[in-house]
Amino acid sequence: MSQVRFDAVSKIFGGTPALTDLSLEVADGELLVLLGPSGCGKTTALRLLAGLEQVSSGTIHIDDADVTNMEPKDRDIAMVFQSYALYPHMSVRKNVEFPLKNAKLPAAEVAARVNEALATVSLTELADRKPGQLSGGQRQRVALARAIVRRPRVFLMDEPLSNLDATLRQQTRADIVALQRRLGVTTVYVTHDQVEAMTMGHRIAVMKGGVLQQVGKPLDLYNEPANAFVAGFLGSPGMNLVAGELRDGQIYIGGDLVGTSSVADTRDVTVGIRAENLRLADVGFSATVVVAEELGADVHVVCETATHERVVVRQAQHATVPTLGDTIALAATGQVYVFDRHTGARLS
Amino acid sequence: MPTKRLARLASRYVVLVVVAAIVAFPLYVLLSGSLMTLKEISSIPPQLIPLHPVWKSFSEAFSSGNLGQYLLVSLGQSALITVGQVVTSISAAFAFAYIAFPFKRILFALMLATSMIPFEVTVIANLQTVHTLHVDETMQGLVIPFLATGFGIFLMRQAFMQIPKEMHEAAIIDGYGPWKYLWRVAVPLARPSVAALAVFGFLGAWNQYLWPLLETGNNTSIQTIQMGIRQVGGTISTANLTLAAGVIATAPLLILLVFFQKHLIRSLTAGAVK
Repeated sequence: MSQVRFDAVSKIFGGTPALTDLSLEVADGELLVLLGPSGCGKTTALRLLAGLEQVSSGTIHIDDADVTNMEPKDRDIAMVFQSYALYPHMSVRKNVEFPLKNAKLPAAEVAARVNEALATVSLTELADRKPGQLSGGQRQRVALARAIVRRPRVFLMDEPLSNLDATLRQQTRADIVALQRRLGVTTVYVTHDQVEAMTMGHRIAVMKGGVLQQVGKPLDLYNEPANAFVAGFLGSPGMNLVAGELRDGQIYIGGDLVGTSSVADTRDVTVGIRAENLRLADVGFSATVVVAEELGADVHVVCETATHERVVVRQAQHATVPTLGDTIALAATGQVYVFDRHTGARLS
Repeated sequence: MPTKRLARLASRYVVLVVVAAIVAFPLYVLLSGSLMTLKEISSIPPQLIPLHPVWKSFSEAFSSGNLGQYLLVSLGQSALITVGQVVTSISAAFAFAYIAFPFKRILFALMLATSMIPFEVTVIANLQTVHTLHVDETMQGLVIPFLATGFGIFLMRQAFMQIPKEMHEAAIIDGYGPWKYLWRVAVPLARPSVAALAVFGFLGAWNQYLWPLLETGNNTSIQTIQMGIRQVGGTISTANLTLAAGVIATAPLLILLVFFQKHLIRSLTAGAVK
C-alpha cells in the first residue's frame, strides 16, 4: 500500500510544455482518475510516474522515497497499457509470468503467483492460448493479470478500456473497480472518458493544456466545478455554457432573467446550467429546437440560442417533445452557475 | 462472374504465366540438359525434352568433380556468413531502432548507402583488408568481408520498428534491459524478417563466384561449389556433366527456398497491407 505525490512537476518536450507545475497526492489504496481531453498532459503525468519519461522539474515520491530519477523497474509499479502490450509469441501464462521471470523468484512461487493472478481475472482455463486467440476483453484481463502478478505498490492504467466496445467497456469498468477495491492497491487511471472517471474514481483530477484544473470526488466536481472547463467536461451531456449578463446579482441570458447570484456585480459572464436543470416554460430565454435525441429513459432536446450557442435540455421519456424548428422558452429549475467570461473561473 | 472482370483476371494470369516461364526457362534448360545425352544436347533443332533421361550424369559429375568437398566448403562458408549477417544486423538494427545517439540519422543513411555500392567496386579494398588481417587464402578470408550488410541492418530495423513501443516499455518496467528485451521479445517477434535475412544471406554467399576465385588462390581445400562446377568440365564434350553439376549446386538453394518462402513473402510484403 502506498501514497504517490507529485510536487510541482513539469515536463517540456522540445520547448513545448506538456505538463506544468503539477502538484497532486494520491492516497493509499485510492483510485485516482486523471481526466481530460487529448493533449491535456494526463498520459505524460502517468509516464513520468512510471519513469518512462524524465521530469523537466519537480519531484515525484512514492511513499517517502523520491523516485524522480529512479529506474522504472525500481519503482515497484505495474502498468496496463492502452494497447495491452501483450507479447503475441507467448501464451497467456508466459505473458503473466514474464514480469516475475526477471525477479529471480523460486519457480514454485512464480507458478503460485501466476495461478493466483489468472484465477483473479478468471483466465485459468485460457492460460495456454496465445493473445491472438483471445477476444479484446480477455486480452485486457491478461494485461490486468500481468500487472497483478507483480504485487506492485502502485497500478498505472493508461486508458485500458478504450479499445473495447461499449458493452464490454461497461462490464470491464465494473470488474476493474471491484478488483481495485478488493486488492486495495493505489491506482492512477488515465482516461478521456468522463463516464469512466465518474464511475470508477475515488477522486478525479481534471486536466487541460498540461495544467491541473481541479481535483476532488466525482460528485463534488460535478456539483461544484471550479471553472467552466470542468463544468463542461463532466457530465453527459456536459453543463450548458451560454453567454449572459450579471446585473446586480441577477443572471440574464438574452435579456431574460434566469436566476440569481451571490455576486452582486454587473458584467458579462458565462452562465452554466445542467441539462437536467432546464425545462420548457412559458417564460424564459428563447431557443430554437435543433434535434431531439431519444435515449430510452431520457430525451435530450438540443436547442440553439439567439447567439447560436448549443443548449441541451434533458426531458423524461413521457414529456412532450417540442417540434423541430420551434422557438421555445427555457427556464432554470436548479442551480445556475456563473463563470468569468474571459478566464472561465467560477464566480458563483 | 461478370465478363469484364473475368477478362481482367485472365489477362493478369497470362502476364504472370509468361513472366514465370521466362524466369523458369534457364532452370528448365539446366535440369533437362542434365538428363540428356551429349547427342541430344547438341542436336539441331534443339531438343527441349529428354526422351530417355540419363540419371547417371549426376553420380558421374559428383564423383569426377569431387563435388562433395566443394559442397561442404560452400555450406560452411554460407552458414558462417549467414550467422554473421544475422547477428550483426540484429545488433546494429536494435541500436538504430531503439537507442538514441548522436548523428543517428546520418549514420543510418551512410550505412544504407553501402548496400548501393556494387561488390566489384570494393573488391580491391576487401583484398587489402583480408591481407592486412593475414587471412589470405583461408576460410576467414572468404567470410569476413560479408559478415555485415546494409540491407540486413535495414531489414531488421524496419522489423523492430513495427513492434509497438508499449511492448518495449512494458519490458522496461518489468526490469528487462535492452539485451534481454532484444532476445526475448524483439527477435522472436521479428522472426519472419530474421528468416528472410538468413535466406538472402545464404543465397548471396552460396552464389558467390568472384570473391572465392580471387581469395582462395592456390588453396584448393577452400574452393566453393561454384568454382567446383568449372572443374567438372566446361567443354561441349562434358556439357551434360556440367549441367548436372549445376543442378547439384542449385538443389540446396531450391530446398531452402521451398522451406522459407512463406517467411520471405511475409517479410517482403510486411506493412504493405493491413
